[in-house]
Amino acid sequence: MVPNDRYYTKEHEWIKVEGETGTIGITDHAQKQLGDIVFVEVPEVDTELEKGDEAGSIESVKAVADVFSPVSGTVTEVNEALEDEPELVNKDAQGEGWLFKLRLEDKSELEGLMDAASYEKYLEEEEG
Amino acid sequence: MKTLRIKEKSIFELGGEGKRGIDLPEPEGLAPAAIRGSAARAEAPDVPDLSEVEVVRHFTRLSKLNYGVDDGFYPLGSCTMKHNPKINEVVASLDGFKWAHPMLPYGMVQGSLKAMKMLEKALNEITGMDGCSLQPAAGAHGELTGVMMIRAYLEKKGNPRSIILIPDSAHGTNPASSAFSGYQVKEVASDESGCVDLNALANVLDENVAGMMLTNPNTLGIFEKNIRKIADMLHEKGALLYMDGANMNAMMGKARPGELGVDVMHLNLHKTFSTPHGGGGPGSGPVCFRKHMDPFQPAPVVDGDGGSYKLDWNRPDSIGKIHGFYGNFLVTLKALAYILSLGGDGLEKASEDAVLAANYVRASLKGVYHIPFDAPTLHEVIFNDKLQEEFGVSTLDIAKRLIDYGIHPPTIYFPLIVHGALMVEPTESESKEEIDYFIQIMKKIAEEAKESPKLLHEAPHDTPVRRLDETKAARNPLLRYGGGKNDG
Amino acid sequence: MSRFFPLSDGDRREMLRKIGADSIQSIFSSIPEGDQFTGTLNIPHYSELELLRFFRELADSNTPARSFAGAGVYAHYVPAAVDSLSSRQEFLTAYTPYQPEISQGTLQAIFEYQTYMCALTGMEVSNASMYDGATAFAEAILMAKRVGKKKNTVLISDAIHPHYRKVAERYLENLGIQTVNVPTRNYKMDLDALNTALENEDIFAVAAGYPNFFGVVEPLDEISAAVREKAAKAMLISVTTEALSFGLLPPPGEFGVDIACGEAQSFGNYPGFGGPLLGFLTTKQKRVRNMPGRVVGQTTDEDGKTGYVLTLSAREQHIRREKATSNICSNQGWCMLRAVMYLALLGKTGVRELAELNHRLAETAKAAISKTKKFEVVPGTTFNEFVVRSDVNLEDFVEYAVTHGIFPGVRLSKFGLAPDEMLVTLTEMNTVEDIHRLVDLMEAVK
Repeated sequence: MVPNDRYYTKEHEWIKVEGETGTIGITDHAQKQLGDIVFVEVPEVDTELEKGDEAGSIESVKAVADVFSPVSGTVTEVNEALEDEPELVNKDAQGEGWLFKLRLEDKSELEGLMDAASYEKYLEEEEG
Repeated sequence: MKTLRIKEKSIFELGGEGKRGIDLPEPEGLAPAAIRGSAARAEAPDVPDLSEVEVVRHFTRLSKLNYGVDDGFYPLGSCTMKHNPKINEVVASLDGFKWAHPMLPYGMVQGSLKAMKMLEKALNEITGMDGCSLQPAAGAHGELTGVMMIRAYLEKKGNPRSIILIPDSAHGTNPASSAFSGYQVKEVASDESGCVDLNALANVLDENVAGMMLTNPNTLGIFEKNIRKIADMLHEKGALLYMDGANMNAMMGKARPGELGVDVMHLNLHKTFSTPHGGGGPGSGPVCFRKHMDPFQPAPVVDGDGGSYKLDWNRPDSIGKIHGFYGNFLVTLKALAYILSLGGDGLEKASEDAVLAANYVRASLKGVYHIPFDAPTLHEVIFNDKLQEEFGVSTLDIAKRLIDYGIHPPTIYFPLIVHGALMVEPTESESKEEIDYFIQIMKKIAEEAKESPKLLHEAPHDTPVRRLDETKAARNPLLRYGGGKNDG
Repeated sequence: MSRFFPLSDGDRREMLRKIGADSIQSIFSSIPEGDQFTGTLNIPHYSELELLRFFRELADSNTPARSFAGAGVYAHYVPAAVDSLSSRQEFLTAYTPYQPEISQGTLQAIFEYQTYMCALTGMEVSNASMYDGATAFAEAILMAKRVGKKKNTVLISDAIHPHYRKVAERYLENLGIQTVNVPTRNYKMDLDALNTALENEDIFAVAAGYPNFFGVVEPLDEISAAVREKAAKAMLISVTTEALSFGLLPPPGEFGVDIACGEAQSFGNYPGFGGPLLGFLTTKQKRVRNMPGRVVGQTTDEDGKTGYVLTLSAREQHIRREKATSNICSNQGWCMLRAVMYLALLGKTGVRELAELNHRLAETAKAAISKTKKFEVVPGTTFNEFVVRSDVNLEDFVEYAVTHGIFPGVRLSKFGLAPDEMLVTLTEMNTVEDIHRLVDLMEAVK
């Protein structure tokens, strides 16, 4: 299940861009790897992130995965529902389980990311 | 009768006004309290008042929900769950030791200081090193101390450098201890024999590398056959070799790290030297080092020989203090009692029996369980669940099923480079009968995995609680009686 | 051979046969020949009887004395029940409770300890122990740093135990974290200096003693107000060396402290020449994921029955490796167990009464010493230890007192502080008669 309306990173984040705003989350593949998610840490609103900065983390019973910002920008909104219901990321990683939104600084950074087809291929290679 | 109760109430459900579990002297002629009224605590802490009898029953019942080394086979790999001699406890409970205060004049604590010096010397003899500090309170604390010493040594030479190399098979404390000393961690891959891959090492080794943390024998139980070569490669680049001595029980009297190019190392007295684990601690993690590292060891240092002892605080190049006082002194006493109970020959024999037991388990279970690294091993042996996978049975199931047979499970899912690892370390403390029982049960479980995997999935069956919901515990942490969601 | 080895000679031969090895030496052949140690370890061995004789003699060469020593380690009476219960092998010889089904005893005891420490400190969560007060303090600062993210300066009161400060500085220095020391005035953190220091925008934490190293009860309310006003997001850390004081003092949680840490050896553990001790660290529920060390949580098993597990372990070194909240693995589990047993015996009433007894003995000693000609008690509200000043050479005085069977207190020069000052500590182990003897010596010394 790799929707083709967004971009992907090698660290298994996705970013969906609407106008100047990007919504960021982790992929369905990533949530499956983590197992039962127990806690999600999201950045604070107004945080300025560089591409590749640590933006938050996702904790399951047996692992913690850092979330890296796929692009540079300023955080405008975070998914507050995750505070009480971290399992949303398990249930719907690419929808209701989104993590945060940011105002993009430089749209050209998107060019370095994967589209759905490349990401699918990347997953296949990784499973190898 | 397995246990008297299958469950014990929380202590906070007990208690009542007017009960007491301790009685205090009531001296006459005391001055009134200066802390009173609004300066004092408005309400006493909300905990129950209990009689001594209730407290005794409560903790006695709790104890019966536990499994200790005295109960039976405890083959936790890399933890060295050997017999904890009873005399150790008697020694550490002697009044002269347990009541000694750390800030007394040296003349009043000669016995304590002498004991520390004796243990330092014994550990140096065992490791072939030149010096020793007993200050670190546990293995990870020893690692931190050792890496700090490496940093101080390199700083003195002008540049602390930025990277510590760690093999991918290492215990998690190694990278954490390096990071807490301000270093970046770079992993070095293992080769197909489970040892450090020398080519991989050569590729990452440059002038930015401060040192390497090497566990020997490594976490697969395999002696790092190239340890001297590794030391030479590091030293050539001006870097140092740290040895994690958690597995020293494999080689007492057989090999001495000080003669293998190791600059600094730690020991776990609660593993190799028989001090009890106490349900999680206290441990003791002395660092032993070669002469060139001596100026950097933690302060204070026990000084003196034969006649009178004192603590030397004037150590200008020392990394300073890493513990409030001098480490877990009473624990170090237990280790000294153990060492002197065995002597040099006995310690060597302990390693021989430990390695013999592990290899016997290995030979007996080969083919029944898969052995992922087929190189000769010393004090522990690693199996995994590869042969059981086809029946839908995992390492966790095997571990839990062992509990049904009254055996403590081995270490599982470690080291991380082995998928589904079952790490068995029998130690020298097991009789052949006990080991044979374990082997027999492991074979039986392998059969059960084929015939009735459900038995394994549902294990353990007969314990005070069964498999617990860890997701629930971590999602809504309830960390004290009456706590949880309402907080924060 | 040793009584610790259960294999018979026949067993060994049979086991070698099964392995297919011809000698013990051959199972060590994976150690390259040149790396093998061919000598014998030069360590003598003793029978159990001889060993005990040897250690008794060693223990007896420590000098017993009536003592007024404190300064971070306290001699309190340990009820027989604590020694007896804690020596049960099921507790003493068990490993870290990684297999919860056969470790409920340890796990429930930790959960109960966490509850006691929260009740005492007025906080919401506690970890399962740190090595000692000094390392708990260092770890508390590192925890605050994780919360404070990019801010990089911590304010540390000079009135915190000097050893704690040394350990913390050691931990922080390598990580590039800035420390600014806040000086003392009248044996307390200087509030004006604190206010000035708080002008710095880079501050992620402020640490104050409670009671501090000099025994003085710091005005946490005023310190807290200053921090909240000037550095609203900074974490306030309280550091306590004598946890029994919580029986009488308002708990740190009442003043908005974010992390309460320190030493709880006083609860059921012997001085032991400074170890093993019992570091504690408590905090707010919302900070729990930044907390170092192990923690136990309550949950249910497959049948819905209540049970306890180690939880939030994904933050720890065995999973998060170099990104862990701490490198700690083994902690002070058994010391913690003794503490929870001790606290269970004390109860709500006992903890208050014992704290009051310690405090009133100290007040009695203060009053008596104040009347001497050569020694004065410095001003300040204290719990069970206090500073005395004198023109008498204190090194000589200590020696003089020791020859009369009394250790009168810890000289502050041992910590690099004032040579004419000494810290005097009282616990229930001291009698009123001890106080009179101390005062007599203070009068008699030349």
